[in-house]
Amino acid sequence: MNSSLALSSTTFIYALASIFYIASFSFKNKTFSKIGFIILILGFLDNTCGIILRWIESYQMGYGHAPFSNMYESLVFFSWTVALLYIFVELKYKESIIGVFVSPLVFLAIAYASFDPGMSTKISPLIPALKSNWLIAHVITCFLGYAGFAVAFGFSIMYFVKPKDENSVSIFAKLPSWELIDELTYQMVVFGFLFLTIGIITGAVWANSAWGKYWSWDPKETWSLITWIVYAVFMHLRMMKGWYGKNLAWVSIIGFMAVLFTYFGVNYVLSGLHSYA
Amino acid sequence: MEKNLTFPEKVWQIFASVKLTIYTLVLLAVTSIIGTVILQNGTPRQYQQLYGDGIYNLIKIFNIDDMYGAWWFLALLIILCINIVVCSTERLSSTWKIIFPKKLSFNPQRFKKLKNLESFNLKRDANDAAQGCEQFLTKTVGRVLKQETETGMVLYAEKGRWTRMGVYVVHASILLLLLGGLIGSIFGFKASLNLDEGETADTAFIVQKRAMVDLGFSIRCNDFQVKFYDSGAPEEFKSNLTIIENGTESFTKDILVNHPLRYKGINIFQSSYGTAQPDAVVLDVIRSSDQSVSHHTLKIGQEISLPDGQGVFKLEGFLPHFDFRNNNLGEAFVGRITPADGTAGFQIGLPIKFPTFDKMRKGAFAFVVKEFEQKHYTGLQITKDPGIWYVYSGFILMIIGCWITFFMSHQSYFIEVTQTRDGDSQISLSGTTNRNAQGLKLKLKKIVTKLKDI
Repeated sequence: MNSSLALSSTTFIYALASIFYIASFSFKNKTFSKIGFIILILGFLDNTCGIILRWIESYQMGYGHAPFSNMYESLVFFSWTVALLYIFVELKYKESIIGVFVSPLVFLAIAYASFDPGMSTKISPLIPALKSNWLIAHVITCFLGYAGFAVAFGFSIMYFVKPKDENSVSIFAKLPSWELIDELTYQMVVFGFLFLTIGIITGAVWANSAWGKYWSWDPKETWSLITWIVYAVFMHLRMMKGWYGKNLAWVSIIGFMAVLFTYFGVNYVLSGLHSYA
Repeated sequence: MEKNLTFPEKVWQIFASVKLTIYTLVLLAVTSIIGTVILQNGTPRQYQQLYGDGIYNLIKIFNIDDMYGAWWFLALLIILCINIVVCSTERLSSTWKIIFPKKLSFNPQRFKKLKNLESFNLKRDANDAAQGCEQFLTKTVGRVLKQETETGMVLYAEKGRWTRMGVYVVHASILLLLLGGLIGSIFGFKASLNLDEGETADTAFIVQKRAMVDLGFSIRCNDFQVKFYDSGAPEEFKSNLTIIENGTESFTKDILVNHPLRYKGINIFQSSYGTAQPDAVVLDVIRSSDQSVSHHTLKIGQEISLPDGQGVFKLEGFLPHFDFRNNNLGEAFVGRITPADGTAGFQIGLPIKFPTFDKMRKGAFAFVVKEFEQKHYTGLQITKDPGIWYVYSGFILMIIGCWITFFMSHQSYFIEVTQTRDGDSQISLSGTTNRNAQGLKLKLKKIVTKLKDI
């Protein structure tokens, strides 16, 4: 068993989990979503193995670093954090139907990592700037933040598909109550916000020890701040202005677009200090 | 807005509104994009080439070439600060009254109207059950208040009043961060210094201000080393520096990327490196006719006379980028040949990467670089930031504040115990919280299962 086998099998297991969740949703069958949940957990374990193996392999190659140093590794870790967060939410709130809005995200991230031909899957040595203990703290907190926002985004979609009429026969009528969707979205945003905050802070402290400046308005930094501000606006609108429902869901969606741009757009469109991932 | 407000009151009202906060935040987010798309801190020529003269004038008017330091961007930050201060003072007094009430009391009628009300029966005497519930609340929540009602007894307990302060901590941390940033930008600097091995300097160049700064001590670079991976990517670079103060050596230390040197409030970072101009080179001069070779050691600026009285060769210097017919051949020595026959002299380049390059000239003599002492310069980043401790305190406060605000709450619990006709007791349980109502609902359900076991 090696990491690339583990991670490519993870991709297929996540795909299968998504299929079961979607089937459960389409056929209104709870058994499917229960199977989907078990498969998702299996995929998560496989994903975990893949990350650990890759870590070990980098030591065997003599480079010895945590697998958080390029786009491929970060996408694999992104899938892992979203899966982890979703598993936690489903265990806590016992609502399996919402998995249909999250499991495809888990699958898509790792599928993009595995199937994009331009993606380098090689384990490569660290450049001097990345050789720091802050790497692990910074990447883990940022990605927990991204995961929170990704799950919040999945939940926000529900506002647009759930019928207003409680007695509707639409397949979307079975979605959780408005109250619960609202609460879940908010909880995920809050979780993401806390970790994005810590992620930006660890990044700033690291930048200060590597380049002597905690903030240099690098595109990645600036876009993470923009994301942070969008979610700060989200919280002020919800708590101080009483926004809810679709209006607030739009803010959450805009926020997730900012996350995506911070994550991918900055690397592919803009240039800066943060060119690795 | 009410009518008979004086002007200062009106201004206060504006700054006390959350609407202003939201507009300011949105403006900050949207305008921040500009600086990630348009070149920052470029030269006028770069802007004219990229955007043309017309747009360059606009860029200058709105300081878009240094957008994050532009007057209008700073104005937005100042508005945000005033907004935070005014909003916090407005609300703090009422929050304060909630956090420190004169007398803790509760309304026993209120709990029945709460949506999360849970009820169940216990096969126990009401007094007994009430005692059990009281013990449970004391243990898990805090001090219990009791009140008799017509139907039975209501117990009340609460915790986390102080967590309502969390949001003020977050807002204070933002002010602290901006204050730290302001102090840093006024009293600090960011400069760079390229130091050849063996060289000493006591000033550095501030790029943004295009000015030199006096460090108050001297730095000598004793040695520079760079290690590469097999792939050719740099693995590590390291400078050995000595700090010299008033003519005496204070101490010597190695610095690496991510491991700076900090001395007297000044931080010295390893940021880049390059090849320094070597002092001397060993050259082979090959006569084309019979391939006979003579060795020469030359210093920069030195001349040798060519064999057979053919003229002189002068080693003029060392270029980091030698340009040959628009190709960059990298580092190279350059020299000038002045023939003895009076024809015009000409320059030749001796690129390090292509040692036999000069043979292609097909002259009477070819010059080949045999060896030279490879010297590096170390690229140092030198910064001073007296605001850093404000910023770091702001960071810590922000994390603590966010944690309190998002994951802790002010919760209160009501339990009513009533005697039923058959001697059992009926327990009703509900609660309030200032955030995460769903979480409380789940918690109440858990408490129900626990209370059933008492």
